[in-house]
Amino acid sequence: MSDTRSLREREKLIFEASSPGRVGYQLPTLDVPAADPAATIPAASLRGEIAELPEVSEVDVVRHFTRLSKWNYSVDEGLYPLGSCTMKYNPRINEEVVRLAGIAHLHPLQPVDLVQGALALMWELEQALIAVTGMARVTLQPAAGAHGELTGMLMIRKALQARGEHRKVVLIPDSAHGTNPATAVFAGFEVVEIASNEQGTLDLEPVRTHLDGGNVAALMATVPNTLGVFEPEIARLAGMLHEKGAFLYMDGANLNAFVGVAQPGKMGADALHINLHKTFSTPHGGGGPGAGPVAVSQALVPFLPVPTVEKSGDRFDLVHDHPATIGKVRGFYGNFGMLVRALAYIRSMGGAGLKAMTEGAVLNANYIRKSLEGIYNLKYTGPSLHEVVFDDSRQAEKGVHNIDIAKRLLDYGFHPPTMSFPLIVHGALMIEPTESEGIQELDAFIEAMKAIALEAEENPEMLHGAPYTTPVRRLDEVRAARQPVLRWQRPRE
Amino acid sequence: MTQPADRMYSRTHEWALLAGDVVTVGITQFAQEQLGDVVFVELPAVGAAVAPGKAAGNIESVKAVSEVFSPVAGEVIEVNTALEGHPELINKEPFGEGWLMRVRVVAGAAAGLMDAAAYETFLAEEGH
Repeated sequence: MSDTRSLREREKLIFEASSPGRVGYQLPTLDVPAADPAATIPAASLRGEIAELPEVSEVDVVRHFTRLSKWNYSVDEGLYPLGSCTMKYNPRINEEVVRLAGIAHLHPLQPVDLVQGALALMWELEQALIAVTGMARVTLQPAAGAHGELTGMLMIRKALQARGEHRKVVLIPDSAHGTNPATAVFAGFEVVEIASNEQGTLDLEPVRTHLDGGNVAALMATVPNTLGVFEPEIARLAGMLHEKGAFLYMDGANLNAFVGVAQPGKMGADALHINLHKTFSTPHGGGGPGAGPVAVSQALVPFLPVPTVEKSGDRFDLVHDHPATIGKVRGFYGNFGMLVRALAYIRSMGGAGLKAMTEGAVLNANYIRKSLEGIYNLKYTGPSLHEVVFDDSRQAEKGVHNIDIAKRLLDYGFHPPTMSFPLIVHGALMIEPTESEGIQELDAFIEAMKAIALEAEENPEMLHGAPYTTPVRRLDEVRAARQPVLRWQRPRE
Repeated sequence: MTQPADRMYSRTHEWALLAGDVVTVGITQFAQEQLGDVVFVELPAVGAAVAPGKAAGNIESVKAVSEVFSPVAGEVIEVNTALEGHPELINKEPFGEGWLMRVRVVAGAAAGLMDAAAYETFLAEEGH
């Protein structure tokens, strides 16, 4: 007897399915004289033996990958509450629009005269993002959030150099995304960590102390921060920074918390990256690529990457003539398909729809918070915006940790939340439902979390063995990290 | 939790063992428990200058990557190369075989550090 489940559990690697001589193609008869590779290709470029690619038929390949696809979990299947990632539903209209022939068949080397429509899309998206952020201009080039961060920090560095200053220090709160310090170091700065206060937010005093040193280039802050809490002092911080000639970089990963409600431009941000694959619903997480446009204040406009899209009358142009530019940060014009999807989303939502999106995201996060408060510990109790960070301290008394809770959630059919982040919350479970979820899905998740809390009370040992219903059980993550096997090797015969 | 009394401790949970002008540096039992299973350690180059409050390296666990700070200022004269192949030494013997680096320091290097009793009190005050 066989059933689908057991088949799926025994899925081999495609290499192991290889059968000598089996192919998935038919080549036509050779109609030119055969050439000896050794006579035409330099010896250094010739391989001595055949690459051991899997020998499989078309149906082998289709079945293998179709079976594997059934192991996948995606936002098309259910709630994906990965905090700080904004795993919202990707509306099908975006895909419909980006597949229109005039868009899908564009070539990046087409002359400007023949791509006026594409340039109009980019210009419109820039205008929309300016309206959302309240900033002066936007570059669409960066291909991801961290790439946007780097672009923003390089513009800040260039702006300082233009003033003849070589400031070295970037201030970063201890609750920051890991990409912030990595970006600062990569852009040539030194990182100084700022401790959060008891509410998990930033105080003015530690920042002021560092600013007095005169060597601070910028503060990088996420708003709302990684606890999902608004930084109440952000405008005053921006004022302090500007007074001392420093810049405010704002990490826009959490922009889903205030679109249509508040504008980073009014908070005093000088540069802000926007993850189109989070806030603006383009595919995310294995489905990429991403897009990380950067919005800037007037002070950074001269340093934007080239080309910019400019409009005069009804005509659009790609303009390279910006003497102070940091240059190009990406081939051609960024991930254009993602830009089209994001614009499709913005236009289909409209201004009022985007505001409702944010309100829905905040409402959903707070519904989860109210439903699970008291069952899971809430270390920081400031008002939540689009996400809520619980921790495992209650369950840890029974020996159950966030990893056990996350693995058990798989048995209940949910993707786990972000774990062990932000670092200022030990045993963190960071839940971001997004506005995509209706109350039924939220209730199902809340019931699962409650059931796990009960299991932690009554049968903690069972949770250490979770998950029980997945194709593979709990993996040895430590061994996988210490002794990774990165490629398949033919078993010795 | 008992802290070895022969060394000094920092608020960022590193220890410093002084012998003449050479200080051996590692992370505490508490720090390794918080990190969980260590899978990779990045240490400074021999000859590098280290100073308190400035990241000297990284420790990666299954949960997170954390910066390591040197509790003392000076020059790195030796790093624990055994950690390359056996990062788990930090979990097994944080106060012994899991040491991180040796730093040549100038006099007064231990200023501002805590002794074992003070570190114990610090941990208790932090709610651990």
